Amino acid sequence: MESRTTQLAVGLFVIIGVLALLFLGLQAANTSAVSSGDTYRIYAKFDNIGGLKERSPVKVGGVVVGRVTRITLDGEYYEPLVEMTISATYDEFSETSSVSILTSGLLGEQYLGLNPGFIDDTVEMLKDGDYIYDTKSALVLEDLIGQFLFSQGSD
Amino acid sequence: MSSQDTPQSPYLVEVDAIDFAHAHGAHQVYSGLSLKIPRGKITAVMGPSGIGKTTLLRLIGGQLRPQKGEIRFDGLNIPELSRSELYSVRKRMSMLFQSGALFTDMSVYDNIAFPLRENSSLPEEIIETIVLMKLEAVGLRGARHLMPAELSGGMSRRAALARAIALDPELVMYDEPFAGQDPISMGVIVKLIKSLNESMGLTSVVVTHDVEEVLTIADYVYIIADKRVVAHGSPKDLQALDDPLVKQFIQGEADGPVPFHFKAPSLNEELFGDAGGQHD
Amino acid sequence: MIDAIARLGKAVLDSIAGAGAALLMLLRALIGKPQLRKSFPLLMQQMYSVGVLSLVIIIVSGLFIGMVLGLQGYTILVDFGAEQSLGPMVALSLLRELGPVVTALLFAGRAGSALTAEIGLMKATEQLSSLEMMAVDPLRRIISPRFWAGFYSMPILAIIFSAVGIYGGYLVGVRWLGVDEGAFWSVMQSQVEWHQDILNGIIKSIVFAFVVTWIALHKGYNCVPTSVGISRATTSTVVTASLAVLGLDFILTALMFG
Repeated sequence: MESRTTQLAVGLFVIIGVLALLFLGLQAANTSAVSSGDTYRIYAKFDNIGGLKERSPVKVGGVVVGRVTRITLDGEYYEPLVEMTISATYDEFSETSSVSILTSGLLGEQYLGLNPGFIDDTVEMLKDGDYIYDTKSALVLEDLIGQFLFSQGSD
Repeated sequence: MSSQDTPQSPYLVEVDAIDFAHAHGAHQVYSGLSLKIPRGKITAVMGPSGIGKTTLLRLIGGQLRPQKGEIRFDGLNIPELSRSELYSVRKRMSMLFQSGALFTDMSVYDNIAFPLRENSSLPEEIIETIVLMKLEAVGLRGARHLMPAELSGGMSRRAALARAIALDPELVMYDEPFAGQDPISMGVIVKLIKSLNESMGLTSVVVTHDVEEVLTIADYVYIIADKRVVAHGSPKDLQALDDPLVKQFIQGEADGPVPFHFKAPSLNEELFGDAGGQHD
Repeated sequence: MIDAIARLGKAVLDSIAGAGAALLMLLRALIGKPQLRKSFPLLMQQMYSVGVLSLVIIIVSGLFIGMVLGLQGYTILVDFGAEQSLGPMVALSLLRELGPVVTALLFAGRAGSALTAEIGLMKATEQLSSLEMMAVDPLRRIISPRFWAGFYSMPILAIIFSAVGIYGGYLVGVRWLGVDEGAFWSVMQSQVEWHQDILNGIIKSIVFAFVVTWIALHKGYNCVPTSVGISRATTSTVVTASLAVLGLDFILTALMFG
């Protein structure tokens, strides 16, 4: 009957749609554990976050381990507070780790560079909700130029 | 419902003093129209074109609501029924549309099987039997595999008639069944309406302006003009009546109480009105 | 002056009444107990004429738009030595914007106008009235399956559009212009997020599907049943649906990515 071929065509249509979705999910998007799966959050305060944005990557030695999920102002002096979500696969960062705001290339996006600290018996591992205190703010070009001119002038 | 307790009224449909105007036009179609349609008879509703005869059928079918008055179908007041009640009443009536209104994407067979499939849970074999019987009644059993587009005007109207009687309704409303038909298919349809009415005990309402054809089969005739019923009676009574309007209508005179001209200021006034006014 | 205000008032009232009628039509068509046995074949039939038959135009347009994006993006990005970013540029434009929006516009032109004309013609030939007189609700029998078919089809079409478009960008960027294949995909993967980009694109597409199908059905169901009326309704479907899609796209983009 005619309805049989119709059903077949509609079935194929839906299958093509699912295949296209799979293609998008697997080939075009990052389906690593960062965006889905278990994560934990840690916080860091900076003096200046420069061009850091929500969703900027958090990298360890160039490898993405998480994303910046929220940027707020915190405390009496309104210091920028960055919340980052780190994949639970990497849960062995010590308290002594440091984060700095880095730029990928000369014109690239800014990202958080996480440097794992040393480990011995006295330091604990970072848990969900912990703060990293050793932070290095973004380099702001205007400040750099200002410093350079200032140091020139004082010579 | 209530009709089971009370003795059956001799009238299947009673239209009682309705006022009706289409929502978006100030043009009043009916004011205080009343008529009664007797059971098991053929009632003709006649009138000049454009007085809303089709509107009357839509009112009876509940597709339109009058602003005032009652329309009772077997004791049920149609305008006050809820949606589901209305749909169950509609299973007892059917309507033959002027254009036939066959579904263009199905064959003749499927068109006639459609109301059966939708409104009953009969098995397909029984549906087939019923469809073939109905097609036989209108003489189109051989055309069941054709698509509506392949039918002539007369044939498609007969197919639509077969569909209208598929569910064995109590009331069949014919909307201009003779319009645009050649004399032969007109004769066929006249004969079909008559024979279906007799064999199935249907109540038929024929809305038309084809006076001659309908007077041969109608048991009772209403003439509508000027928003109300102007005359009614058996065909014989009407022909004997001396009312100028009825005469004009039955004899088909061009001008009379129903004016040839659409309502307008007189020609003199329109052409020379303003200019004449200045000259005077 | 007072006349003008009165006319404005009437226009506002009319459009409110129109929107109300459209909403009522949709509610009546969709609410009520579903009859799976009867409505499933109807849905299949409509999925076929609304979805499957739109597939060719969607695939062809998707491929070409992806290829153009690849070409344009390359010539811009290569000036900054950033041609590795071609992948995310193509993918993000398609997933976030072009996939849902262009699909909706094509759908309005291809399937929406057909729906309006079909229903308008059914109305003009009294098929809708005759359904009503057969105690079959045309909203349930005619409108509802068409609505669901459009609602399900368009997101699928948008996904296919984006996928084909990305492939088109890949063809031009990698195969023709020589962007490094590994960089093309890996930079794309590092920038495109499942939730933020793909899912939001699909949500957009679902909203557009709802609106475009609704407009098409409403225009057909409430058209003036004459040849002029149907042709006006069909034009109006394409115009109204396209404008609605573009306007809604701005609002959705502001909510999702703003």
